[in-house]
Amino acid sequence: MIRQELLKKEKLDRQVMALRVAKEFQDGNVVNLGQGIPTLASNFVPAGREVIFHSENGVLGYGEITLPGEGDLDLVNASGQTVKPAPGMCFFDNAESFAIVRGGHLDITVMGAYQVSEKGDLCNYMVPERQVGTIGGAMDLAFGAKRVIIVMNHVTKNGEYRVVKKCSYPLTAPNCVDLIVTDIAVIEVTPKGLVLKEYAPGWTPEEVQEMTEPKLIIAKDCQEISLM
Amino acid sequence: MPINKIVASFDEAVADVFDGATIMVGGFGTVASIPSCLLEAVYRKGVKNLTTVSNASGFGADIWKLQGAPFPEDMDILVRNERIKKAIISAPVSALYVNNFEKLLRAGKIEIEMVPQGTLAERIRAAKAGLGGVYIPVGVGTVVEQGKEKRVFDGKEYLLELPIKADFALIHAHKGDRWGNLVYRGTSRTFNPVMAGAAKVTIAEVDEIVELGELDPEAIVTPGVYVDRVVQRPKPVRTQGEIKDEQAKASYSKFSEDYKRATMGKKGGAQ
Repeated sequence: MIRQELLKKEKLDRQVMALRVAKEFQDGNVVNLGQGIPTLASNFVPAGREVIFHSENGVLGYGEITLPGEGDLDLVNASGQTVKPAPGMCFFDNAESFAIVRGGHLDITVMGAYQVSEKGDLCNYMVPERQVGTIGGAMDLAFGAKRVIIVMNHVTKNGEYRVVKKCSYPLTAPNCVDLIVTDIAVIEVTPKGLVLKEYAPGWTPEEVQEMTEPKLIIAKDCQEISLM
Repeated sequence: MPINKIVASFDEAVADVFDGATIMVGGFGTVASIPSCLLEAVYRKGVKNLTTVSNASGFGADIWKLQGAPFPEDMDILVRNERIKKAIISAPVSALYVNNFEKLLRAGKIEIEMVPQGTLAERIRAAKAGLGGVYIPVGVGTVVEQGKEKRVFDGKEYLLELPIKADFALIHAHKGDRWGNLVYRGTSRTFNPVMAGAAKVTIAEVDEIVELGELDPEAIVTPGVYVDRVVQRPKPVRTQGEIKDEQAKASYSKFSEDYKRATMGKKGGAQ
């Protein structure tokens, strides 16, 4: 059981999580962003790095998200938000779009999740109680991207583990996750197990462990999350 | 005799669509990419027990009218009027609310085959290209692998995925000519060119019909040989509307919130 006081403790907000995710984008990377917090990460590409965003509906190199009602309805990301055109942008169909994903041409995919296991198994398409979910492009992205980054709250609203020993939800893809960014920690998935790299301000590695089902390996250089 | 694939009306374009037909519907999620007028015509035709092949199940015209979309119908017109027996689909339900498709699914009124998006595209492309099947790694170790032949190439496991064929493909393009050559506009390309030629009859709904020779041969995306009929949309009139379904209303407001959040703090943080 996770202590109530830990559940109530202050955690990182969505913008800060997105900011931390964006630090992973390297110069020249091709990156696909899922709905929600991942999409926010496009606002925080570190200065001096040129990143090309891919959206599975068939566009590479799109610009900023426009204000609602101000965009061209023929220029949207996969979440249906209108985006601005940008130099170098190109369009293609869905077969081509997933050739890019599966063929090893996508450096990073950032997605949300319900559960991630210590082996890097990912569940993010269906809540079992609902009996139906939406696979969409999540499975292709999880199997195809060179690096899979998950951004999610560390535990559920009811205080259930989301970083688990073994997934109980239907799998999106086994053994695919590379990095987990949560509202209290940054965890790397390695063949030896989950390595705690960073923790949120005001948190300790022991408290992060208490919120995590599998045993964490504390990195030698484990430190407070740095956003700069 | 000059080749002429241009058809005068949407009703004429779908006149031979029959009960129990398999229909591919192009587009992605937002209505701009979808053959809205053809879907309306199929609905008017009154056919039922359809098998549909599409990326998503539709949000319903109300939501698109609110955005001022001139042609607001999507897959939901066939869903809510219970014309679909089985859907081969990648994104059937919404993360935000219980849509009409999910309601029918729960009531046992619709069958579903859920396919990962890229696999859906490739299986359709396989039909268009005359392939017997394709080996795809996506889905190994998940529910998607059930009942499929597995094969190892170069130490990696793949699933044998079979072509998805159809009687009709309804697609939306930006411009077309009397030969059926098509160009698209922006992200409204999506599944449309993939489906062109994957069905026995491909019907293209275009924003504009142009003279043969007007389309730049370097820029034509769909060669006319894949297309059987071309029909032009009427002049667009911006629609207005309100959302009647409470759940859909809540979902739309969540969508708008996410949207605003994503446009906030552009110059903040690491920059």
